[in-house]
Amino acid sequence: MTAVLSPESALALALLTPFVGASVLPLFHDRPNLREAVTLVTAASLCFIVLQLLGPLQHGARPEIDIIEIVPGLAVAFKVEPLGMLFGLVASSLWFVNSIYSIGYMRGNDEPRQTTFYVCFAVAIGSAIGIAFAKNLFTLFLFYEALTLSTYPLVTHKRNEEAIRAGRTYLIFLLGTSLLLLLPAIIATWVFAGTLDFKPGGILPASLGAATIAALLALYVFGIGKAAVMPLHFWLPAAMVAPTPVSALLHAVAVVKAGVFSILKVAVLVFGIDTLSSTGQATWLTVVAGVTIILASVIALRQDNLKRRLAYSTISQLSYIVLGVAVLAPISVTGAAMHIAAHAFSKITLFFAAGSIYTAAHLTQVSQLDGIGRRMPWTMGAFTIGALGMIGVPPTAGFLGKWFILGGAMQTANWLAVAVIFVSTLLNAGYFLPIVYRAFFCDSVDDGHDKHSGEAPWPIVVALTVTAAGTVLMFFLPDVPFSLAKLISGR
Amino acid sequence: MNAVWAHLPILIVLVPLFGALLAGFARRADPAFAIALVVSWVIPFCAGAMLWQVLASGPISYHLGSWAPPWGIEYRVDALNAFVLMLVSMIGAVTMPFARRSVGFEIEEGQRPWFYCMYLLCLTGLLGIAVTGDAFNAFVFLEISSLSTYVLIALGRDRRALLAAFQYLIMGTIGATFYVVGVGLLYLMTGSLNMVDIAARLGPAWADNSRTIIAALAFVTVGVSLKLALFPLHVWLPNAYSYAPSWATAFLSATATKVAIYLLVRFLFSIFGVAIDLRALPVAAIIIGLSLAAMYIASLIAVFQSSLSRMLAYSSVAQIGYITLGIGFVNLAGLTGGLVHIVNHALMKAALFLAVGAVFFRARTVQLDDLAGIGRKMPITMTAFTVACFGLIGTPGTSGFISKWYLALGAIERGWWLVVFLIVGSSLIALIYVGRVLEIAWLREPSAAVAEARDPPLSMLAPLVLLAAATIYFGFDTEWTAGIASTTAKGLLGGLR
Repeated sequence: MTAVLSPESALALALLTPFVGASVLPLFHDRPNLREAVTLVTAASLCFIVLQLLGPLQHGARPEIDIIEIVPGLAVAFKVEPLGMLFGLVASSLWFVNSIYSIGYMRGNDEPRQTTFYVCFAVAIGSAIGIAFAKNLFTLFLFYEALTLSTYPLVTHKRNEEAIRAGRTYLIFLLGTSLLLLLPAIIATWVFAGTLDFKPGGILPASLGAATIAALLALYVFGIGKAAVMPLHFWLPAAMVAPTPVSALLHAVAVVKAGVFSILKVAVLVFGIDTLSSTGQATWLTVVAGVTIILASVIALRQDNLKRRLAYSTISQLSYIVLGVAVLAPISVTGAAMHIAAHAFSKITLFFAAGSIYTAAHLTQVSQLDGIGRRMPWTMGAFTIGALGMIGVPPTAGFLGKWFILGGAMQTANWLAVAVIFVSTLLNAGYFLPIVYRAFFCDSVDDGHDKHSGEAPWPIVVALTVTAAGTVLMFFLPDVPFSLAKLISGR
Repeated sequence: MNAVWAHLPILIVLVPLFGALLAGFARRADPAFAIALVVSWVIPFCAGAMLWQVLASGPISYHLGSWAPPWGIEYRVDALNAFVLMLVSMIGAVTMPFARRSVGFEIEEGQRPWFYCMYLLCLTGLLGIAVTGDAFNAFVFLEISSLSTYVLIALGRDRRALLAAFQYLIMGTIGATFYVVGVGLLYLMTGSLNMVDIAARLGPAWADNSRTIIAALAFVTVGVSLKLALFPLHVWLPNAYSYAPSWATAFLSATATKVAIYLLVRFLFSIFGVAIDLRALPVAAIIIGLSLAAMYIASLIAVFQSSLSRMLAYSSVAQIGYITLGIGFVNLAGLTGGLVHIVNHALMKAALFLAVGAVFFRARTVQLDDLAGIGRKMPITMTAFTVACFGLIGTPGTSGFISKWYLALGAIERGWWLVVFLIVGSSLIALIYVGRVLEIAWLREPSAAVAEARDPPLSMLAPLVLLAAATIYFGFDTEWTAGIASTTAKGLLGGLR
């Protein structure tokens, strides 16, 4: 790929583009077509700009920009490294697809306050890009909070009592954990390490001792509430009241991904895998992640509301990534990074499908989905691919991440992790396959619902087809995510 | 020009004092406002020139009537004074344009010139406390500012303001009495009222009269703590801030308590701390304990308020707790955090109370129940309000975060990890009381009370937006806040025994 932009200017542009888009959008409040065009153009240019960074990165370039040093230790600075690149690619490419979907969904459901919706969405994506390319913990924290605040109006989009309550849970859990646990962790890191800059191999000295490292790691794992590690997961199911494109943003594009991305980044670039394994952090983290995976899956089994089932599936899948860290093998870290991308594509497909069913047939419960596959073949076809991705069946991307994490667990003889992966795979199949079965092989019961609805509006169908295709393509062409993920662990 | 330059320390007091006289003679609202505006806009130049001079070439010593200290009154400006002078004068300058409409709306026509007269007197007093190097002169200015403040509060929009003013008058007088008793004891011990001189003579007196000196320390600390509303001596504050005219609340919340905090720092670090080993006394421990209590108890009370201005008043008590906490740490990071929070809190509280004033101006109510959907009716006002609220919580990217960062480092320097968690934990309560308002303002359907509301005119909007923008600006550029605070803190700690 020929570089149109120098890596540094591409980085600066990538950070600016979503915010520029967000500030232009309100000007077209009264002209929806133009407004949506601005969103699409912004998303497409962001995607293009982020792609410009990929080539130089693979050739060893690490472009960086220092904006300002606020006080000693607190600097706003950006640097592209492989893991951030991976997250940036996922966020920017899915934003584009999600924008197409949003247009179909928001218009199809005649949602109010659409301009606010698109503005907040753009700001949220900008924050996600800021997190992805943060050079140090402070910058990451800054955009982490910006992401929480910018998604709050999206979660409460419906403005009814339920949405407001959900918004409260959302803010208290996410801002609360980050202010109460993550901030002290960052301060402690500054005190112990004398720097907040991410560095391969970590910045915290192993000489701190196992107990301090464990305490600090716990502050990070639970302080990064966006990763939804149990028992700090309640905000995620609550946030399901938001419109489906927002759920997709939360579950696939930005929010939870920012959480696990941050955990991964902190583990690899602040602690360092070697420090973590030499101080023996694997066991407790494996238990925390394992419990979350299994418990969330069991809860998912019992949910009849489709979006809630998907939400608990997300909680469980996120902890795969935490598990990948917990195993503390380079290959499992690679797997964890791959899983960020894989889960993003599969989960967004599932949410797109859920929203498509809601838009076309106004159904929300799993028990209502008998025979829906015959009326909405594209939607349910894509849903099936997404579900297979969740379970980790080839040929979907979900298989790859799981495979590497499993490989790492076997390497380090972490049998607990191995067991968790096997059991949870069964559970995943247990809560996804019945939906697919109902959709295609059960006859629809007459319950008064409109039986003649067909597919959802075309932008929705296009979007979910693209992401489903992405899920499969990533299995066959895993080069880009894999090469980036491999660079992360440095082996 | 040189003639003016040399007399800046006295001019910064005389200009508002004569302004007050003129405003009193003006008898009409508009000329009085014009005088107040001109004075408010001139003062920052005086303060700025002195700050520049101090930073460039060290403390300024100005001898009133050329009488040499310690016999004459000395005005002594170092980095700390200049910092406070700059803050007070800037708050006055930025908020003043807001006053015309707000005062015109809330105060009867005949009383408006007196309002401006009292404001200028109050400004005189506050600047005087900050500029003087004489302990008794500080008392005089303390009384000038207090008396004029009582009047300002009593001019409030309903009769409850009278009771609030009376309550503050009683408490304020007790505070001032405690202060002057303390100064009297110091005079007894040292025969001097000049702060530098007291500090020099107090040390030798310690051996024989430690009990008297401790009593003086206690009297001064308690007296000043009443004025700065240190928990549990804050009871006058919520009523005063709720019932005073909106603009007066904004100005006082940003300046009056802050100047009292300055006085506390001056006495602890430049007088007592220099003369005797304060670490041997439990002063810091008491301050830290009360500060933590303020941060939690006042914040919790704020959560349950039904009036916006009352909620912000309790939040002020809590935020003052942050400032005194940093002072209690007695180390570089902590003191820097405390001093920088003086400025940061002043800016955001001024913004918040101005927003409340703007809301009252348009909706005639500040009861939370009536304010549903106000955000949609007054978007610019409430956006500024929201930004300042984030500052209160201390989210990164706001000036409140900078304060918290330094305070936490100060606690760690002491090895108090628990306190670190207490500091960040109290911002969680701020999140709750602030979130409650934001939810009502932005997410609810507009109520009947705010149906007609819209953003106020530019003269009110501009100060508000400027202050809110400062909350963000000083979250990134800290040269003029944390930078100076750190220099000042270094100087103060360097002088400690």
